[in-house]
Amino acid sequence: MVLLILLCVATFLLVAAAAVAVSRRTGAGRVVYGACLAIAGAALVCALFAGRESETVLPLGIPWLAAHFRLDALSRFFLVLIDTGAAFASLYAIGHGAHEAEPQRVLPFYPLFLGAMNLVVIADDPYSFLFAWELMSLASWALVVAHHREAGNAQAGFVYLVMATFGALCLLLAYGLLAGPQGGYAFSVMRLGELDARRAGLVLALVLLGAGSKAGLVPLHVWLPLAHPAAPSHVSALMSGVMTKVAIYAFIRIVFDLLGPPEWWWSVPVLTLGAVTAVLGVMSALMERDLKRLLAYSTIENIGIVFLALGLALAFRANGMPEAAALATCAALFHAFNHMLFKSLLFFGAGSVLTATGERNIETLGGLVQKMPVSAFAFLIGCMAISALPPLNGFASEWLTFQTILVSPQLPQWGLRLLVPTVGALLALAAALAAACFVRAFGIAFLGRPRSPQADVATETDRFSLAAMLGLVALCFLAGMFPGVVIDALAPVTKLLLHGRLARQTTQPWLSIVPIAARNSSYNGLAILTFVLVSAGIAAVAVHRFGSSAIRRVPAWDCGTPGLGPATQYSGASFSQPIRRVFGPTFFRAREVVDMPPPGDLRPARIEKYSHNLVWETLYLPLGSAVTAVAGRLNGLQYLTIRRYLAAVFAALVLLLVALAAWQ
Amino acid sequence: MHGFGFDVAHMLAGGLVLVSLAMLYQDRLYSLLNTLALHAAVLALSVAWQADIQDAPHLYITAAIALGFKAVAVPMALRRMVFRLGIHREIESVVGVGFTMLAGIGLIALSLVVMLPATTHADPLAREDIALALSVVLIGLLMMVVRRNAVSQVAGFMSLENGIVLAAAGAQGMPLVVEISVAFSVLIAFIVIGIFLFRIRERFDTVDVQALDRFRGERR
Repeated sequence: MVLLILLCVATFLLVAAAAVAVSRRTGAGRVVYGACLAIAGAALVCALFAGRESETVLPLGIPWLAAHFRLDALSRFFLVLIDTGAAFASLYAIGHGAHEAEPQRVLPFYPLFLGAMNLVVIADDPYSFLFAWELMSLASWALVVAHHREAGNAQAGFVYLVMATFGALCLLLAYGLLAGPQGGYAFSVMRLGELDARRAGLVLALVLLGAGSKAGLVPLHVWLPLAHPAAPSHVSALMSGVMTKVAIYAFIRIVFDLLGPPEWWWSVPVLTLGAVTAVLGVMSALMERDLKRLLAYSTIENIGIVFLALGLALAFRANGMPEAAALATCAALFHAFNHMLFKSLLFFGAGSVLTATGERNIETLGGLVQKMPVSAFAFLIGCMAISALPPLNGFASEWLTFQTILVSPQLPQWGLRLLVPTVGALLALAAALAAACFVRAFGIAFLGRPRSPQADVATETDRFSLAAMLGLVALCFLAGMFPGVVIDALAPVTKLLLHGRLARQTTQPWLSIVPIAARNSSYNGLAILTFVLVSAGIAAVAVHRFGSSAIRRVPAWDCGTPGLGPATQYSGASFSQPIRRVFGPTFFRAREVVDMPPPGDLRPARIEKYSHNLVWETLYLPLGSAVTAVAGRLNGLQYLTIRRYLAAVFAALVLLLVALAAWQ
Repeated sequence: MHGFGFDVAHMLAGGLVLVSLAMLYQDRLYSLLNTLALHAAVLALSVAWQADIQDAPHLYITAAIALGFKAVAVPMALRRMVFRLGIHREIESVVGVGFTMLAGIGLIALSLVVMLPATTHADPLAREDIALALSVVLIGLLMMVVRRNAVSQVAGFMSLENGIVLAAAGAQGMPLVVEISVAFSVLIAFIVIGIFLFRIRERFDTVDVQALDRFRGERR
């Protein structure tokens, strides 16, 4: 089966090569995206129906070492995730790609990106892994800078490239430590190796840096809100929905599979980083005006949730609680899958809005629910799913995460027993803020009256884009209604990683899921949906029967001042103001300045708000200026005489030899 | 085989180090080139002895190359070059002979300290050889750093290469291909450096590389 996947990857690469040739012709986009859709579909079918584990060794890459590929349960799950996202993004792009001004900058890299992501999860040795990983980074970088002339995109590309290089370097070092001095090359050799505690901790730190920088863990997330929105929308969906999951795959593969049995304290940094990431991500999303950047920040939040669940899984696994660990892993993977679904959906919606209005700033949108009803419906479902409203899929996975947190009192370490509830509270905060964030996003962008002429003339998007969005809506519903099916499908993964699994869920009556025991908790999406439908139906009937039965259009109440413009509407900034006032001074050093003209002055009063990106200003700017300063100093080294160069080489050699002698 | 063969090999390698130190001391170009020839001759002897005690006939070829090429051809060519450049009377002001010699002795001590513990499991013959070869290499580098005259830098480079060959011969079984390619690379380096020497002289009327520094506006 792994050969079939490799064949798909090869076809992706062929399509990429062909796209270079044909990308300037009209209609090339449809062909390329159609081909990508077909290949992603084929890979998805292969991954879904792959039987037992299969592996292969190809004579590629470094001579005499060959490239190892393997398809196990974990790779299969991530292949399903990647190719589902890829298929929907390609379907969306068949329609959406027609609006691309310079398709030759996008078409060749898109199949390359898809192929590389597929390749990462089947790689079975560090060389193939890192090769595919870097291919993925570079292809996505090319897509990020596809519109490099737009303001900020070139900088976004640069920051992304620096962070991607840093992440790959960390992963390289982690693999180096895993391989050890004997140089165990393939993953199968690394799995058997045993590392001492110090070295294993170092590998964990490096993987957190390497995979975390790609996934968007705070404080390595700075590139993500810049780069994800800069790409074309279908690529943004892939980067946010799928590529961050590849980073999660890397983390799981190394920490759960290759690194051996965990210590309990490993979970502490993962939990803390996950919780901080979730809260900071959603807080930034709530303050954001740019629709696509808002979605990117929300991606950071969801990555935080996934890492939090993975941290719990580490804690349970270290304490020999395989079932709880399986629950946590299930929650993490399920949430990763769900996030792929609804984040792709939301980015598709944002892309449709962007093509319809040319605007990404939600303060200039509004009233789109009338102009783009189907897109608005799909976006609404996406918002509900990401806000974890039952019976949609986001609720199911976040509920599982909370169930995991509720098991934590059984942990023996006091530190964890205290930490996990704190983290749980942060998670609850993040979930609530996420709901607020998406109420704001949907409400300001789609409801009310158009705030700009562009929003007023928007039209519904094309059929392919709508098909992709509605397909994802259906999947969001299905995954939310039948979470038991997904949990059962995850059983081989947890069995592979943790040698434990949850009880079979599909045999539960009435499609309930019971992760631990029926007396603890159970969830039934069907019942909730029925309840929602019935109560909403009753409410609708009651409103229409006892309230007004016809739609009446009357002038809005205007305090006696007729002719209220759209600018008087509630805006995104006003919606987020209470939360900004509460958390802003701490998290963003935000302040508001009211400029009130004196009596008699006719200029308008203004309220200015200032906020700071603290991570960027306290971590990255000093680092950047330090690098610049050092580089300025070292500049002199370029202009030495040959004798001084020789002397430098000689001095370095002697110094190293002295160090060696002292070491011995 | 451990007794006499080992002692002779040790003596020859030590002799190479001694000649290296002697090269550091020379301040006239002709005597420097003579010492370089002696250096290569000792190397040839050493490699030939290795060939004998290791029963490795291809090392005889290496020894022959060292003797014919490095001990005779290159010093002669350099000698002609020096003559044509008209610098055979020049006395090179070596920066502090005493200091340089002390530094050379320090380097020998350093390479022994580094190499002997690092190669505990190796054949004792190879151990001594490699340690002494490292000191020859380091002294060659030191020579390139402290000399100002381009010709003496070439001599330092050649002695450095001799050290590498000594290490390779001691390590039992450097393939002949590698040996020949190293020899060729040295030849090419020699030609390139020779051409540059004349170019420098044409431009600046001297082969003192300080002229280059002055041309570049460097302050010392």
